[in-house]
Amino acid sequence: MPGAEPHIDYSPSLGDTVKTTTCYMCACRCGIKVHLKDGRVRYIEGNPDHPVNKGVLCGKGSAGIMTQYAPARLRAPLLRVGERGAGEFKEISWAEALDIATGWLSKVRAEDPRKLAFFTGRDQSQSLTGFWAAQFGTPNFAAHGGFCSVNMAAGGLYTIGGSFWEFGEPDWELCKYLLMFGVAEDHDSNPIKIGIGKMKARGAKFVSVNPVRTGYSAVADEWVGIRPGTDGLFALALVHELLRTEQVDTAFLARYTNAPWLVVRNPGGADDGLFARDADGKPLAWDRSRGAIPAATADLSAVLAGDYTLPDGRTAVPVFQLLAERYMAPDYAPEAVAATCGIPAVRIKRIAAEIADVAFNQAITLNQPWTDVYGRRHETMVGRPVAFHAMRGISAHSNGFHSCRALHLVQMLLGAVDTPGSWRYKSPFPRPIPPGPPPAGKTSAPNTPIPGNLLAFPQGPDDLLVNEDGSPIRIDKAFSWEAPLGLHGMMHTVIANAGAEDPYSIDTLFMFMANMAWNSAMNPGEVIRILTEKKANGEYRIPHVIYSDAYFSETVPYADLILPDTTYLERWDAISILDRPIGSAHGPGDSIRQPVIEPDRDVRAFQTVLIDLGARLGLPAFTKPDGTPRFRDYADYIANHERTPGVGPLAGFRGPEGDKKGVGEPNPNQLQRYIENGCFWQHKIPHDQSYFKHANAAYLKDSKAMGLIPNENQIVMQIWSEPLQKFRLAAQGHGPKQPPEHLRARVAKYCDPLPIWYTPLEQQMHDTTGFPLSAITQRPMHMYHSWGSMNAWLRQITGSNKLYLARERGLAQGLVDDDWVWVSSRNGRLKCQVKLMEGVNPDTVWTWNAIGKRAGAWMLTPDSPEATKGFLLNHVISEWLPAQEGFRSANADPVTGQAAWYDLRVDVQKCAADEVPLTAPHWDTLTPPPDMPPAPDMLRYTVGEKA
Amino acid sequence: MKPAGSIVFFTVASGAGYGLLFWLGLLGAGGLIGGDGLFVLTVIGLALVLITAGLCSSLLHLGNASRAWRALSQWRSSWLSREGVAAILTYIPAIGSALCVLTGAYGWAVLLALVAALCSLATVYCTSMIYASLKPIKEWAHPLVPAGYVILSLFSGAALLATLMALAGEDPSVPALQALVFGGLGAGLKWQYWRSIDTARPLATLGTATGLGRIGTTRPLDPPHTQSNYIMREMGFRVARKHALSLRRITLWAGLALPALLAALSLVIAGPLAALLLLVATLLALAGLLLERWLMFAEATHTVTLFYRGT
Amino acid sequence: MTCLPELVPGQKKLGLVIDLDTCVGCQSCATNCKEWNTSGMSAPLPDFNAYSAGAEGVWFNRVHSYEAGEGAAGKTVHFPRSCLHCENAACVTVCPTGASYKRAEDGIVLVDADKCIGCQLCAWACAYGAREFDEDEGVMKKCTLCVDRIYNENIPEAQRQPACVNSCPTGARHFGDLGDPDSKVSQLVAARGGFELMPEMDYKPVNRYLPPRAHVVPEQGKPVEDAPTPMDIKSSLLRFMDKVLTR
Repeated sequence: MPGAEPHIDYSPSLGDTVKTTTCYMCACRCGIKVHLKDGRVRYIEGNPDHPVNKGVLCGKGSAGIMTQYAPARLRAPLLRVGERGAGEFKEISWAEALDIATGWLSKVRAEDPRKLAFFTGRDQSQSLTGFWAAQFGTPNFAAHGGFCSVNMAAGGLYTIGGSFWEFGEPDWELCKYLLMFGVAEDHDSNPIKIGIGKMKARGAKFVSVNPVRTGYSAVADEWVGIRPGTDGLFALALVHELLRTEQVDTAFLARYTNAPWLVVRNPGGADDGLFARDADGKPLAWDRSRGAIPAATADLSAVLAGDYTLPDGRTAVPVFQLLAERYMAPDYAPEAVAATCGIPAVRIKRIAAEIADVAFNQAITLNQPWTDVYGRRHETMVGRPVAFHAMRGISAHSNGFHSCRALHLVQMLLGAVDTPGSWRYKSPFPRPIPPGPPPAGKTSAPNTPIPGNLLAFPQGPDDLLVNEDGSPIRIDKAFSWEAPLGLHGMMHTVIANAGAEDPYSIDTLFMFMANMAWNSAMNPGEVIRILTEKKANGEYRIPHVIYSDAYFSETVPYADLILPDTTYLERWDAISILDRPIGSAHGPGDSIRQPVIEPDRDVRAFQTVLIDLGARLGLPAFTKPDGTPRFRDYADYIANHERTPGVGPLAGFRGPEGDKKGVGEPNPNQLQRYIENGCFWQHKIPHDQSYFKHANAAYLKDSKAMGLIPNENQIVMQIWSEPLQKFRLAAQGHGPKQPPEHLRARVAKYCDPLPIWYTPLEQQMHDTTGFPLSAITQRPMHMYHSWGSMNAWLRQITGSNKLYLARERGLAQGLVDDDWVWVSSRNGRLKCQVKLMEGVNPDTVWTWNAIGKRAGAWMLTPDSPEATKGFLLNHVISEWLPAQEGFRSANADPVTGQAAWYDLRVDVQKCAADEVPLTAPHWDTLTPPPDMPPAPDMLRYTVGEKA
Repeated sequence: MKPAGSIVFFTVASGAGYGLLFWLGLLGAGGLIGGDGLFVLTVIGLALVLITAGLCSSLLHLGNASRAWRALSQWRSSWLSREGVAAILTYIPAIGSALCVLTGAYGWAVLLALVAALCSLATVYCTSMIYASLKPIKEWAHPLVPAGYVILSLFSGAALLATLMALAGEDPSVPALQALVFGGLGAGLKWQYWRSIDTARPLATLGTATGLGRIGTTRPLDPPHTQSNYIMREMGFRVARKHALSLRRITLWAGLALPALLAALSLVIAGPLAALLLLVATLLALAGLLLERWLMFAEATHTVTLFYRGT
Repeated sequence: MTCLPELVPGQKKLGLVIDLDTCVGCQSCATNCKEWNTSGMSAPLPDFNAYSAGAEGVWFNRVHSYEAGEGAAGKTVHFPRSCLHCENAACVTVCPTGASYKRAEDGIVLVDADKCIGCQLCAWACAYGAREFDEDEGVMKKCTLCVDRIYNENIPEAQRQPACVNSCPTGARHFGDLGDPDSKVSQLVAARGGFELMPEMDYKPVNRYLPPRAHVVPEQGKPVEDAPTPMDIKSSLLRFMDKVLTR
């Protein structure tokens, strides 16, 4: 009857089952609760008990249902039957697929294991994949870190023993001033959001240094619209100002950094720039009354400046003197850097004064006693409540390693590392500097595992993976003189190097979850050319390509064998303590994924397939002595694999009773215990271990006991980096291992033991006058690279992208919103639409990352806006620096090999009126693999009563 | 606002039907309708056909036409409900009047036709108030809108009646005069209305819609979704200014002034030619009203577009 | 029924308070709303052309972004927009069938889909674009303030909030009784100068928005200035030499 309010069911059921697991809609690793009804996903929500996200869930995680049920999911193993790129496949059984893969791989392993390049993209199981590669015997392994974060990892790990990215965090509860540089949104995404919310509620000041005012920068109290690639110079100007105004925490520097360590001053000598050490190799400092004594002396009364004569007659100066000499020079004065950075000097000075004021005049004192490594009890913890945070805006430049070090230097001068209110380490950091042994892989032999970690930490030239002539051992040239600290490998160079057979050819390219024929490549067109290139004998340049992905991405048509992966809700996973666990400043933690729904396709989890292949190939760690498989599947491996006795993929619930942390025998019920605990494990450290972890005796002791660090020694932060100086000395002609001539000057210049700033390499090496604009990308908060466009909800939010440019500049060029423009660089040109905006550095253009899609991919119809209006900036980026005399080097940081995506310079010109309004380059339409069901026109997704 | 064809046709057709009923009732009461019972029945029949066709057309606009009966329930608050009630009620005296004609109860027929005339007027007024009560659309929530709907309904009804009378060989001069008067009134009113909406201040700005005006000029950066949506297709329709101005001119001259002029001419020319003139006038008027109603939508702006376009 | 309920003293007015100073535009509120409600009381929330051009769907919550002011002195603001549950809800009074109604007990504006004829007049009447038409089913849908969550006894008490509030990572969304001046949300509105959207409509929205905080307007300094002389620097370095540091 009209007029009566309808009956409302106020308490509908959320389903018949709820299971916890870990999100994978980006790299944040939030805990989720998945509500199911009749085996279908009803609702995904944040797990309130989870340490990472505490119940909240971002725009991506909340759209997980549409990723789970996307029509682009691959259905069965596929074997290429046409030419590469033609998209002609046939479905095969898993038995066939595994036989084929085993056939190719066993031949490579028996002949020359280096001919396998195993690169695993956005892999969250690197402790397995890296181990598998070493067991296989190839040094050619990495995930995607080389084109993502390695500048930050290397910059941090070689400086403060921890790093930004997701490995450290501002003290969200106590920080009074946050200076954030170019933070991307797909790592630590919810913790940062939660933290910013808390900070803002408290009224703390948040300053964002970013060429673009979107996302986090939008809520900053102050936005500093810096020119891309100049953050390091800005940071060094802050250093200059802090030194000039003498607002430096000298006590912190003397206690916790190598500022007082003595550096030998012997220009031209083989020991120049190395630390003065005693007979036991301990670094020395100059004590006011006792002269040169080990720096690690409890009652050291150190000097920070002056020239001193060592007992052996050599001259040495404290590190602090070297840094003060350098950064007090006029080159780093705010006035000198203002034009380059696009920030007025008065503003740089004000920001320097503000951070100094907060650090020194608004210090925090916690009444929390603690004991330092010298056994001295401190009654309080004094904090400098200025926090720094940085990610991709620093990382994606060829000067990013040094820029990152420059930021850490500012932190150290302020005494704002792991103190109340400042930036804090997240477990398992801090770790020794550098954290571990050098990279393995100097030699490889048929059917022989390589002992050790393939991706590890060189301390000097002896640790590089180079041949006698200085040429690279690895296909990607990581850990060579081109990228001595290439800690994460260089996935962005693998295909190009293999295509050029430089340093050698490969037989099999094995990839996982990396869209290398599209948005993951610096230059997708070149990757496609190489993958389809044939040698004179008709064989492909790269004879075999195996690819594992869950979805029909742009890379699928370029592989020979497709191993279809499960979705994140269909598999086991370990967010492993051996890799990138979910620890926080409050203590270590790790987590798992458990399958919450059964796959409805003939797919298998990549990690389980890898373990199966390991057994088929007879890799020792994956095979029992009798030759049978050691592990049933990935879940079995997670619970029972031991890397060293008592240490496995998961740190929680170890030992037969499940009561051991970090170290303990495998526990057959470990996964069950994790599930009972919400699929995570967390150890909360006591309050007296919360800060000063690098010198906190109780913290270091407990951490060692849990196997997180190898010893209990103080972790002394390294302002002056001796490993870098060693590389430089080699370049200057010292020692048995020296760089090849064409790299000598480059190594000498860029392996500077103190942070430096230089114009990004690409911009130094070509005439940029025709390309006045810096061009960068930003991550939309609701998309994780390309994995959002097959999601029916997320693609509605951003289905196409435009090029954003400063309104004034655009109007001056006669541009209005939605005009089509040509964007040209030294590498080519692309066509897209523009959008004018206020909040962007006037010399910068930008767009959203990875929105443009190749027509037909991801089961989107070719008329989809992703393919007709969306575009990738990648098409005008080059993977190579401008050609140099006789050789070409990667468009990357010269120290770490990090891909320099953001060094791009472009010009923007309006399209002629008669040009077709269609994105360019516009590639041929891809055809889906066989038997993919057509994507529905309309979705009426619902679970429950109305289903 | 996106012109909804079904609604445009509905208000024009039923408007003409109600106008016809109105004049039949009013002039009948004044003894000014000549002709026999068959003529009256024809007029009532045509009016009801137009009304019914319009109402049926309006059902096409509904997502769930089978429940349309529910629309009669909320007459206390909803103009649409009132319109529905009034529209249904109008059938009763109209059909009653026709039955009285058939049964020869002419007195009753005249009385019931008068009631139908009042119901018709009420229905058209209700229709107009559906639009006039929508605050977010300043071109609709305008004092001239109800007057416009009523006058134009009376105009088209008068033109129709005059044509029918002329065709039936009756003297059409009374309704023709009304067509002239209301055509002229309608033209003046539309001219005044357009002038008014052209100069009207916006109801709100993006600054007040978002509250961000306090910071400075507010401009959209990114839309919530990069493709369109129901709201924008429905409310975001815009007709080009140049296009709208020429359509206005056509409406004004060809749809209102010219038919009025033809009606005036018919007053001085008798016979079949007058019938032809009136027929042409009526067809022009109906076509003009379709255009006028299309423009009512096309030129209407909704505050929600502020959120998307900033204007 | 489509007459608005009479206000009583202490009338409960459930609604949202959205903090524009904190919202980073992550779309959590939009997609979490979508996933909750596509299987909730208004189920489903359809998507048309889901994998082709013209993709669009029914969403109860949409997040815009705006720029206010010019250059570095301006501000980028993310702006979630959903039903404001107006006191003077024209979308209710225009409804011819009684499908749209405003609840007397808590002020939530709902649509009874079984009564809706899909005339869409409520969408025309809403100044804020909060009505969402399911063109497949032919009925109007809208934000229910998660009436099937906020009283749901199958949900832990702390999470008995609208999905958008529960999921919001920055804590930019608050839910409560804006009719109670002592409630947390009312106090937040009072403390932060919360405002209503388009007050000139006189729809009296219940939801409130908190303005972005005043922020630093950067100095308009000249890009190139005089650098310090080497002498200034040397004297400063000498002073550091005199510092003696004891651990």
